[in-house]
Amino acid sequence: MLACVGWASTPARAQAPPANLDWAQLYGPFTGGSNPTSERVRVVTPRLADNGLSVPLAVRVDSPMTEGDHVRRVVLLSNRNPRPVIAEFELGPWSAKAEVATRVRLNGSQEVMALVQTSDGRWWRGTAEVEVTESACMDAS
Amino acid sequence: MLARIQVASPVRRGQAMEVRLLIQHPMETGFRYEFSGTSIAKNVIHSMSAEYGGRVVFRARMGSGVAANPLLQFWVRPDQSGDIRVVWEDDQGVKGQVSARIEVLPA
Repeated sequence: MLACVGWASTPARAQAPPANLDWAQLYGPFTGGSNPTSERVRVVTPRLADNGLSVPLAVRVDSPMTEGDHVRRVVLLSNRNPRPVIAEFELGPWSAKAEVATRVRLNGSQEVMALVQTSDGRWWRGTAEVEVTESACMDAS
Repeated sequence: MLARIQVASPVRRGQAMEVRLLIQHPMETGFRYEFSGTSIAKNVIHSMSAEYGGRVVFRARMGSGVAANPLLQFWVRPDQSGDIRVVWEDDQGVKGQVSARIEVLPA
Protein backbone atom coordinates (compact mmCIF):
# COMPACT_ATOMS: atom_id res chain seq x y z
CA MET A 1 0.00 0.00 0.00
CA LEU A 2 1.78 3.04 -1.26
CA ALA A 3 -0.04 5.30 1.16
CA CYS A 4 1.61 3.69 4.12
CA VAL A 5 5.19 3.10 3.10
CA GLY A 6 6.50 6.13 4.91
CA TRP A 7 7.27 4.09 8.00
CA ALA A 8 9.93 2.04 6.22
CA SER A 9 12.55 4.74 6.33
CA THR A 10 11.76 5.76 9.89
CA PRO A 11 10.88 2.71 11.97
CA ALA A 12 10.91 4.82 15.13
CA ARG A 13 7.43 6.02 14.22
CA ALA A 14 5.95 2.56 14.45
CA GLN A 15 3.98 2.52 17.68
CA ALA A 16 1.76 0.14 19.55
CA PRO A 17 -1.89 0.74 18.73
CA PRO A 18 -3.38 3.30 21.10
CA ALA A 19 -5.75 2.13 23.79
CA ASN A 20 -9.43 2.67 23.11
CA LEU A 21 -10.69 6.01 24.30
CA ASP A 22 -13.48 6.38 26.79
CA TRP A 23 -16.86 7.06 25.15
CA ALA A 24 -18.05 9.42 27.86
CA GLN A 25 -15.03 11.64 27.23
CA LEU A 26 -15.74 11.66 23.51
CA TYR A 27 -19.42 12.52 23.56
CA GLY A 28 -19.21 14.74 26.64
CA PRO A 29 -18.25 17.92 24.74
CA PHE A 30 -21.27 17.46 22.45
CA THR A 31 -23.91 16.44 24.95
CA GLY A 32 -22.72 18.76 27.68
CA GLY A 33 -21.87 15.89 29.98
CA SER A 34 -25.19 14.07 29.81
CA ASN A 35 -25.43 10.47 28.70
CA PRO A 36 -27.09 9.92 25.32
CA THR A 37 -29.89 7.37 25.28
CA SER A 38 -29.00 4.17 23.52
CA GLU A 39 -32.10 4.03 21.33
CA ARG A 40 -33.45 5.01 17.90
CA VAL A 41 -30.04 5.11 16.22
CA ARG A 42 -28.76 2.34 14.02
CA VAL A 43 -25.24 2.30 12.62
CA VAL A 44 -24.87 0.06 9.62
CA THR A 45 -21.40 -1.13 8.70
CA PRO A 46 -19.98 -4.39 7.49
CA ARG A 47 -19.13 -6.61 10.48
CA LEU A 48 -15.77 -7.33 8.91
CA ALA A 49 -13.89 -4.67 6.98
CA ASP A 50 -10.93 -5.95 5.03
CA ASN A 51 -9.44 -2.52 4.75
CA GLY A 52 -9.78 0.29 7.25
CA LEU A 53 -9.05 2.94 4.65
CA SER A 54 -12.59 2.96 3.36
CA VAL A 55 -15.38 1.42 5.39
CA PRO A 56 -18.95 2.06 4.28
CA LEU A 57 -21.01 3.43 7.14
CA ALA A 58 -24.64 4.45 7.28
CA VAL A 59 -26.57 5.99 10.13
CA ARG A 60 -30.33 5.45 10.27
CA VAL A 61 -32.41 7.15 12.90
CA ASP A 62 -35.95 6.22 13.81
CA SER A 63 -37.48 9.67 13.39
CA PRO A 64 -40.59 10.98 11.59
CA MET A 65 -38.55 14.01 10.37
CA THR A 66 -41.42 16.43 10.89
CA GLU A 67 -41.17 20.07 11.91
CA GLY A 68 -41.77 19.10 15.53
CA ASP A 69 -39.63 15.99 15.73
CA HIS A 70 -36.61 15.66 13.55
CA VAL A 71 -32.91 14.92 13.64
CA ARG A 72 -30.79 18.01 13.89
CA ARG A 73 -27.29 16.67 14.14
CA VAL A 74 -25.40 13.45 13.55
CA VAL A 75 -21.86 13.01 14.85
CA LEU A 76 -19.68 10.04 13.98
CA LEU A 77 -17.19 9.04 16.66
CA SER A 78 -14.39 6.53 16.72
CA ASN A 79 -12.74 5.46 19.95
CA ARG A 80 -9.54 4.36 18.28
CA ASN A 81 -8.75 6.89 15.57
CA PRO A 82 -6.12 9.56 16.28
CA ARG A 83 -8.87 12.11 15.63
CA PRO A 84 -11.97 10.67 17.27
CA VAL A 85 -14.51 12.95 15.61
CA ILE A 86 -14.93 11.52 12.13
CA ALA A 87 -17.63 13.81 10.80
CA GLU A 88 -20.63 15.91 11.75
CA PHE A 89 -23.79 16.25 9.71
CA GLU A 90 -26.66 18.69 10.00
CA LEU A 91 -30.13 17.69 8.91
CA GLY A 92 -33.58 19.18 9.18
CA PRO A 93 -37.24 18.39 8.66
CA TRP A 94 -36.68 18.87 4.91
CA SER A 95 -34.31 15.90 4.92
CA ALA A 96 -37.26 13.51 4.48
CA LYS A 97 -35.34 10.59 5.90
CA ALA A 98 -33.06 10.57 8.92
CA GLU A 99 -30.39 8.73 7.06
CA VAL A 100 -26.80 9.58 6.16
CA ALA A 101 -24.16 7.42 4.59
CA THR A 102 -20.47 7.89 3.93
CA ARG A 103 -17.19 6.01 3.96
CA VAL A 104 -14.81 6.27 6.88
CA ARG A 105 -11.25 5.44 7.83
CA LEU A 106 -10.83 3.17 10.83
CA ASN A 107 -7.58 2.68 12.65
CA GLY A 108 -8.18 -0.89 13.72
CA SER A 109 -11.02 -3.00 15.06
CA GLN A 110 -13.34 -0.98 17.20
CA GLU A 111 -16.81 0.21 17.98
CA VAL A 112 -18.05 3.18 15.98
CA MET A 113 -20.62 5.43 17.54
CA ALA A 114 -23.19 7.70 15.96
CA LEU A 115 -24.33 10.46 18.25
CA VAL A 116 -27.62 12.03 17.26
CA GLN A 117 -29.36 15.16 18.47
CA THR A 118 -33.06 15.51 17.85
CA SER A 119 -35.01 18.77 17.56
CA ASP A 120 -36.01 18.62 21.24
CA GLY A 121 -32.33 18.87 22.14
CA ARG A 122 -32.00 15.30 23.41
CA TRP A 123 -29.05 13.13 22.46
CA TRP A 124 -29.20 9.54 21.27
CA ARG A 125 -26.56 7.06 20.34
CA GLY A 126 -26.03 3.89 18.38
CA THR A 127 -22.92 1.81 17.93
CA ALA A 128 -21.58 -0.78 15.57
CA GLU A 129 -18.72 -3.15 16.06
CA VAL A 130 -16.30 -3.34 13.13
CA GLU A 131 -13.52 -5.85 12.76
CA VAL A 132 -10.76 -4.27 10.68
CA THR A 133 -8.21 -6.73 9.33
CA GLU A 134 -5.97 -4.08 7.86
CA SER A 135 -5.84 -0.84 9.76
CA ALA A 136 -6.26 2.48 7.95
CA CYS A 137 -2.55 3.17 8.07
CA MET A 138 0.44 1.65 9.77
CA ASP A 139 1.61 5.09 10.78
CA ALA A 140 -1.85 5.92 12.16
CA SER A 141 -4.45 7.91 10.35
CA MET B 1 -11.93 19.43 -8.21
CA LEU B 2 -13.77 16.63 -9.89
CA ALA B 3 -17.05 15.66 -8.36
CA ARG B 4 -20.15 13.77 -9.22
CA ILE B 5 -23.64 14.27 -7.92
CA GLN B 6 -26.52 11.91 -8.49
CA VAL B 7 -30.17 12.62 -7.81
CA ALA B 8 -33.15 10.39 -8.40
CA SER B 9 -34.80 13.00 -10.60
CA PRO B 10 -37.57 13.31 -11.73
CA VAL B 11 -39.40 12.82 -8.48
CA ARG B 12 -43.04 13.19 -7.40
CA ARG B 13 -43.73 16.16 -5.16
CA GLY B 14 -43.39 15.27 -1.50
CA GLN B 15 -41.50 12.08 -2.11
CA ALA B 16 -38.16 11.43 -0.45
CA MET B 17 -35.22 11.62 -2.81
CA GLU B 18 -31.70 10.44 -2.24
CA VAL B 19 -28.72 12.61 -3.16
CA ARG B 20 -25.36 11.00 -3.67
CA LEU B 21 -22.21 13.03 -3.87
CA LEU B 22 -18.71 11.86 -4.66
CA ILE B 23 -15.79 14.27 -4.61
CA GLN B 24 -12.32 13.45 -5.85
CA HIS B 25 -10.01 14.44 -3.03
CA PRO B 26 -7.10 12.70 -1.23
CA MET B 27 -8.37 13.69 2.25
CA GLU B 28 -4.75 13.83 3.37
CA THR B 29 -4.56 12.97 7.07
CA GLY B 30 -1.36 14.80 7.96
CA PHE B 31 0.04 11.59 9.43
CA ARG B 32 1.79 10.42 6.30
CA TYR B 33 5.36 11.03 5.22
CA GLU B 34 7.13 11.46 1.91
CA PHE B 35 9.95 9.05 1.08
CA SER B 36 12.31 11.86 2.00
CA GLY B 37 10.88 11.88 5.52
CA THR B 38 9.06 15.19 5.31
CA SER B 39 5.54 15.09 6.57
CA ILE B 40 2.63 15.58 4.18
CA ALA B 41 0.42 18.40 5.40
CA LYS B 42 -3.13 17.64 6.45
CA ASN B 43 -5.56 18.56 3.74
CA VAL B 44 -9.15 17.43 4.02
CA ILE B 45 -12.46 18.82 2.84
CA HIS B 46 -13.46 20.30 6.18
CA SER B 47 -16.89 21.52 5.26
CA MET B 48 -19.52 20.96 2.67
CA SER B 49 -23.05 22.22 2.30
CA ALA B 50 -25.93 21.54 -0.05
CA GLU B 51 -28.41 24.23 -0.97
CA TYR B 52 -31.77 23.64 -2.57
CA GLY B 53 -34.90 25.74 -2.81
CA GLY B 54 -33.28 28.70 -1.06
CA ARG B 55 -32.14 26.89 2.05
CA VAL B 56 -29.26 24.76 3.21
CA VAL B 57 -30.62 21.23 3.27
CA PHE B 58 -27.51 19.38 4.36
CA ARG B 59 -24.25 20.38 5.93
CA ALA B 60 -21.21 18.27 6.76
CA ARG B 61 -18.06 18.94 8.70
CA MET B 62 -15.42 16.36 8.13
CA GLY B 63 -12.05 15.39 9.52
CA SER B 64 -9.35 12.99 8.46
CA GLY B 65 -11.58 10.10 9.51
CA VAL B 66 -13.51 10.36 6.27
CA ALA B 67 -12.09 8.16 3.54
CA ALA B 68 -10.34 9.58 0.50
CA ASN B 69 -12.71 10.61 -2.29
CA PRO B 70 -15.50 11.30 0.16
CA LEU B 71 -18.90 9.86 -0.60
CA LEU B 72 -21.93 11.43 1.02
CA GLN B 73 -25.48 10.20 0.77
CA PHE B 74 -28.40 12.09 2.19
CA TRP B 75 -32.09 12.70 1.55
CA VAL B 76 -34.27 15.62 0.63
CA ARG B 77 -37.99 16.04 0.00
CA PRO B 78 -38.26 18.21 -3.12
CA ASP B 79 -41.33 20.42 -3.40
CA GLN B 80 -40.41 22.39 -6.49
CA SER B 81 -38.18 21.96 -9.50
CA GLY B 82 -34.80 23.57 -9.10
CA ASP B 83 -31.09 23.05 -8.76
CA ILE B 84 -29.39 21.45 -5.81
CA ARG B 85 -26.03 23.10 -5.44
CA VAL B 86 -23.25 21.64 -3.33
CA VAL B 87 -20.19 23.64 -2.30
CA TRP B 88 -17.17 22.59 -0.28
CA GLU B 89 -13.76 23.78 0.79
CA ASP B 90 -10.57 22.02 1.82
CA ASP B 91 -7.81 22.99 4.26
CA GLN B 92 -5.81 24.68 1.51
CA GLY B 93 -8.75 26.93 0.76
CA VAL B 94 -9.54 25.23 -2.51
CA LYS B 95 -13.25 25.42 -3.15
CA GLY B 96 -15.38 23.27 -5.34
CA GLN B 97 -18.97 23.05 -6.36
CA VAL B 98 -21.31 20.86 -8.28
CA SER B 99 -24.98 21.07 -8.99
CA ALA B 100 -27.78 18.93 -10.32
CA ARG B 101 -31.24 19.64 -11.62
CA ILE B 102 -34.16 18.28 -9.64
CA GLU B 103 -37.32 17.90 -11.71
CA VAL B 104 -40.46 17.66 -9.61
CA LEU B 105 -43.61 16.14 -11.03
CA PRO B 106 -47.03 16.86 -9.56
CA ALA B 107 -47.95 14.39 -6.87
